[in-house]
Amino acid sequence: MAEKTLLKGNIALAQGAIAAGCRYYFGYPITPQNDIPEYLSGELPKIGGTFIQAESEVASINMVMGASAAGARVMTSSSGPGISLMQEGMSYMAGSELPALVVNVMRVGPGLGGIAPTQGDYFQATRGGGHGDYFNIVLAPASVQEMFDLAIKAFDLSDKYRNPAMILCDAVLGQMKEPVILEEKGAEAPPARPWALTGAKGRKPQFLKTLYLSDGEQEAHNLELKEKYDLMRKEDVLFEGKGLDDSEIVIVAFGTVSRIVKTAIQMAGDEGIRVGLIRPITLFPFPVEVVRRTVKKIPKVLVVEMNTGQMVEDVRLSIEDKVKLRFYGRPGGGIPTPEDVLREIKVTLDEKGF
Amino acid sequence: MKKVFSRPKSLVDCQTHFCPGCTHGTAHRLVADAIDHFGVREKTIGVSGVGCAVFIYDYFAFDAIEAPHGRAPAVATGIKRVHPDKIVFTYQGDGDLASIGTSEIIHTANRGESITVIFINNTVYGMTGGQMAPTTLLGQKTTTTPYGRNFRNDGYPIRMAEMLATLEGVAYSTRVSMHNAKEVLKAKKAVRKAFEMQIADMGLTFVELLSACHTNWRVKPLEGQKRVEEEMIPYFTLGVFKERKEKDFL
Repeated sequence: MAEKTLLKGNIALAQGAIAAGCRYYFGYPITPQNDIPEYLSGELPKIGGTFIQAESEVASINMVMGASAAGARVMTSSSGPGISLMQEGMSYMAGSELPALVVNVMRVGPGLGGIAPTQGDYFQATRGGGHGDYFNIVLAPASVQEMFDLAIKAFDLSDKYRNPAMILCDAVLGQMKEPVILEEKGAEAPPARPWALTGAKGRKPQFLKTLYLSDGEQEAHNLELKEKYDLMRKEDVLFEGKGLDDSEIVIVAFGTVSRIVKTAIQMAGDEGIRVGLIRPITLFPFPVEVVRRTVKKIPKVLVVEMNTGQMVEDVRLSIEDKVKLRFYGRPGGGIPTPEDVLREIKVTLDEKGF
Repeated sequence: MKKVFSRPKSLVDCQTHFCPGCTHGTAHRLVADAIDHFGVREKTIGVSGVGCAVFIYDYFAFDAIEAPHGRAPAVATGIKRVHPDKIVFTYQGDGDLASIGTSEIIHTANRGESITVIFINNTVYGMTGGQMAPTTLLGQKTTTTPYGRNFRNDGYPIRMAEMLATLEGVAYSTRVSMHNAKEVLKAKKAVRKAFEMQIADMGLTFVELLSACHTNWRVKPLEGQKRVEEEMIPYFTLGVFKERKEKDFL
């Protein structure tokens, strides 16, 4: 049996990045993700990598952009306000088709907010977040093991599509310790990047840009980007599904909340209520198809989030109006308890719950 | 017959979008000349700022990337850290470098990144139509200082070459002008030195080039060059503000 190591989520994520071949990190301190830069500042120099504590998140993301343009696997990490400052750079990276990993260990907003767990940045992460017509690949781990595994997956997807990828998690996942199997499963060697800027030796000069001025050129570029997003939706949707065939009600929840929901589902089972779970692992591309299929059999849906209702919009877009959909959310650092979720399950089952 | 003058290999043979008489073309040529001189075209990566400077990838015959407004030094940092053996430079205007990008240029300089920064100071935002820049002279009328720049409202013109010279990580900081042939030749030497010192890995090298933007100054090209000499140089003193002689880091 593979050996297990007890690790904090943030450290597991950093180790996943190293396992994925990432040797460049640029970032700026912000809680609750500081373990990531602290760990990498010690580890990267040992393996020939580079760590820079940048002067701001704005600089961080632009260093990431430069390193990516130069052909390296590269990452940054931050939280809420810092991620907001990175949106300009992420838009440029999506536009100039540059891969990188951006980790958001969310904190409460709007504004500075506290460092309690939250899922308030779902919209920002899944709608692109910066200006322009683009999407990030967004992965939502729900365990320390997944902090490691999905870091690797995020790099691979980011390279596959030449598009920024984001890990969206929170202080619970970042700070708690769990046993992890540090297998480099799925870690592909960083692919060749013929488009990278390495000096025009023996080839024509190459450019990375987002500004296209000839008639129709910018539109063609945007349509090419859209083709990539469509391909992501077709090929790279990830989710965990449980009890989707014979339940009376299905819950959609991601990340930390999905763990609380699992406890509530057990409690409901003890009372003879069968509850299914869809846990999106990719928040973009969103698992539209499984939601659509499932609600045809189980037409009662409960969405639970740590915000005032963000992913619920994607669930709603995936289903028909006649499906009964209830939302339960705790914003601002509030954490739903399994008892809260069990109560909501019962309200949803009750016809008067809508 | 001996060929004494030709287009540098690093410069693409094409028509630029610059206004007739604009000194961006001259600055481009000086950069291309230095790259050719050191034979490093195939290992050079340029980073352009936003504004009239953005199109370097259309005019230079080496790899290039367009950075977000003001962020070119951070992008260049990322490139140089991945490719320490490559020649990396940024090409930025005064709005890009001295306004929105002050944080990036100061900290990149302070880290002593081995890159070269080509800074075009023409006292206005060119591409957006002649608004006040951080370098706009006191009393100068622009589209956003219709009564002239007033220090009580708008602060003072910022002297980047002097400011950066105070930073330990800077190897070379100079201000040159391009308003006549004599000054262009001096500017050529300065740009060459900046790249030479980068090749020697001495720290960040910075060349501020005083330039005319007669279109947005609403003057004829020749009057523009005269204005550089008579109005800009008295405030933006030409000279070398710092020059490291060897790798004498602290």
